[in-house]
Amino acid sequence: MTQTPHASTDPGLGPVARFLKATEIDTRMLGMVGALLAIWVGFHLYGALVNGNGAFLTPRNLWNLSVQTASVGIMACGMVLIIITRHIDLSVGSVLGFTAMIMGIVQVWILPQSLGLGHPLIWVVTCLVGMVVGTVIGAFHGWLVAYRGIPAFIVTLGGLLIWRGAAYLLAGGETISPVDSTFALLGGGPLGAVGAMGSWIVCAIAVAAILWMNLSSRKARRAHGFPLRPLWAEVTMTALTCGLVIGATLVVNAYPWPKGIVTQYAAANNLTVPPEGLFISHGFAIPLLIMVAVAIGMTVMMGRTRFGRYVYAIGGNPDAAELSGINTRMMTVKIFALMGFLTGLSAIVASARQTSATISLGQLDELYVIAAAVIGGTSLAGGVGKIYGAILGALVMQSLKSGMVLIGFDAAIQNIVVGIVLVLAVYVDILYRKRAK
Amino acid sequence: MSNPHSATSGTPLVELRDISIAFGGIKAVDHVSVDLHPGEVVGLLGHNGAGKSTLIKCLSGAYKADSGEILINGEKAEISNPRDARHYNIETIYQTLALADNLDAASNLFLGRELVGPGGFLDDAAMEAETRKIMGRLNPNFRKFNVPVSALSGGQRQSVAIARAVYFNAKILIMDEPTAALGPHETQMVAELIQELKKQGLGIFLIEHDIHAVMELCDRAVVMKNGQRVGTVNVNEVTDDDILGMIIMGKKPPQAY
Ligand SMILES: Nc1ncnc2c1ncn2[C@@H]1O[C@H](COP(=O)(O)OP(=O)(O)OP(=O)(O)O)[C@@H](O)[C@H]1O
Ligand SMILES: [Mg+2]
Repeated sequence: MTQTPHASTDPGLGPVARFLKATEIDTRMLGMVGALLAIWVGFHLYGALVNGNGAFLTPRNLWNLSVQTASVGIMACGMVLIIITRHIDLSVGSVLGFTAMIMGIVQVWILPQSLGLGHPLIWVVTCLVGMVVGTVIGAFHGWLVAYRGIPAFIVTLGGLLIWRGAAYLLAGGETISPVDSTFALLGGGPLGAVGAMGSWIVCAIAVAAILWMNLSSRKARRAHGFPLRPLWAEVTMTALTCGLVIGATLVVNAYPWPKGIVTQYAAANNLTVPPEGLFISHGFAIPLLIMVAVAIGMTVMMGRTRFGRYVYAIGGNPDAAELSGINTRMMTVKIFALMGFLTGLSAIVASARQTSATISLGQLDELYVIAAAVIGGTSLAGGVGKIYGAILGALVMQSLKSGMVLIGFDAAIQNIVVGIVLVLAVYVDILYRKRAK
Repeated sequence: MSNPHSATSGTPLVELRDISIAFGGIKAVDHVSVDLHPGEVVGLLGHNGAGKSTLIKCLSGAYKADSGEILINGEKAEISNPRDARHYNIETIYQTLALADNLDAASNLFLGRELVGPGGFLDDAAMEAETRKIMGRLNPNFRKFNVPVSALSGGQRQSVAIARAVYFNAKILIMDEPTAALGPHETQMVAELIQELKKQGLGIFLIEHDIHAVMELCDRAVVMKNGQRVGTVNVNEVTDDDILGMIIMGKKPPQAY
């Protein structure tokens, strides 16, 4: 929609600039990837040098990182839309906690009584309930904002307190556990991952999709007589993205199940464990796959559907959007409802991961989610933001958090660092936009 | 307004009857009636803040009049938002242009009426191709198809807004100072466009400060002052000084009604 012209050769540019221009790599995204790599390598080296144990760049840690990122990443996709349309949602952490509590009650207290413990419908019904509750709460917030004219900041600040309080009242502050065993798989863990074979299948599908997308977009450009990217740039980009997918597959497959689980599994399936041990890969974790599916779906929605186009239009100029016949109020309700839906989905992942619903689940998530969107280039001035940016932002935030835990920083320092990074990210964004003008 | 002086007859395309609207005590439009016939260009004139834009915004659905009624083809029309106006084939070029700055020309042109391909997905390529076609007629020097309109000049932005209003087969066209930012050549092209659309039978409300453009393009001129209608004249029966007198002093010449 808003790419720069595809000049393939421009004698005035150096080789790096020419490469970036031809491949249409967003320099901002490059900056984010660079920052992410710096964080990863930094934590690894710090661990290696100071603690004598570089634990960050290991399959185990990277796999855990992928699972931990999922919950914030899923919500960050929705927050992008909220912030693009010049709103904010401070309630997502509390809504997550409330929704998880409802789901806990449904699957631990209610359904086993009528369906029987471990009934295969329990996790399905629970998930549906979670997604519906999240959507309804989001839609209600959106209605207050759009049709009652209360600023989103206030509605969701109220929501932050109300839903956390309501979550407490629901179960009197009790922790509800254990969740249904199938439900728990949605949170990852050795069994909540698709294994080596499954991961290679995912990898193959992804590579095929990348190839097909690049080919068909090239074909479409040619059909309309629009300028094409140079072939070498196309090939480089395709190779890079495919390489990334294959690399990720290799990493998650390099992380084996722990011995205890292998022994249990072997006993249950009448396998004999050879003396050197049995190497069973985790593969991609289910929460990661959920997040990726959400991100892909949302990216398509933002780039290729009317809904996405209207989100950007409202962010760019709400009056113009209304005058163009867009029902901007209804859009606001839908955007908040979508945020609620994704929060419900996140609640599934988060409560499944810790196999319980606790009163503090999701606390401070709103800050991580907003930070992820903003670090990922979503502008608080509205009109600008990308889903992939939010995912990268979520990864940056989670990497910082996990990295600091890994090298033994305490919570106080973690908060300070996260706060500094957030302010810095917005400052960099402002500088970047000034220069781009 | 069945007036013997009127150069036009038959059922008007649009009739605004006794429209009033106030913003917190200020009567922006005060019991104004205007009509418009097919194939007619009616100029709306008046000093800054006279209420011209506010009046036409009642027709375009941006505002809802406090009182008065709107008739389209002689039938009472309920226009309470811009979507309703579009159903009556009313298209508007707003003084503020009403463009989403972060979107490119094609996205703005088709905003609210996107072309979609199979599966309901946006057909950006088709929209860009159509945009290139229409811009070729309005502003042949326009090249900036793939940048947000915030990167365009004032005149280029205005061209995009004009293209959007004329692309969708309007029957009623509202142009609020459409050439304010245009260069002489582009202004000439818009003048030609107005004459062409008029031949096709569109009714056009043209808000314009340039009296010569009014004399050249309009059939009738409605002059407003402080929210009220001073009078309406058939342009070929009056001189530009008559009209200026109406605008500046509110002096109604004998030909006016
Ligand atoms: N949204 C609004 N809120 C409050 N007052 C308004 C609003 N819109 C217009 N007004 C007031 O209504 C009056 C008429 O304004 P309007 O924009 O219709 O003038 P205009 O004739 O189009 O002037 P111009 O030639 O400067 O465009 C002005 O006094 C203006 O201040
Ligand atoms: Mg005006």
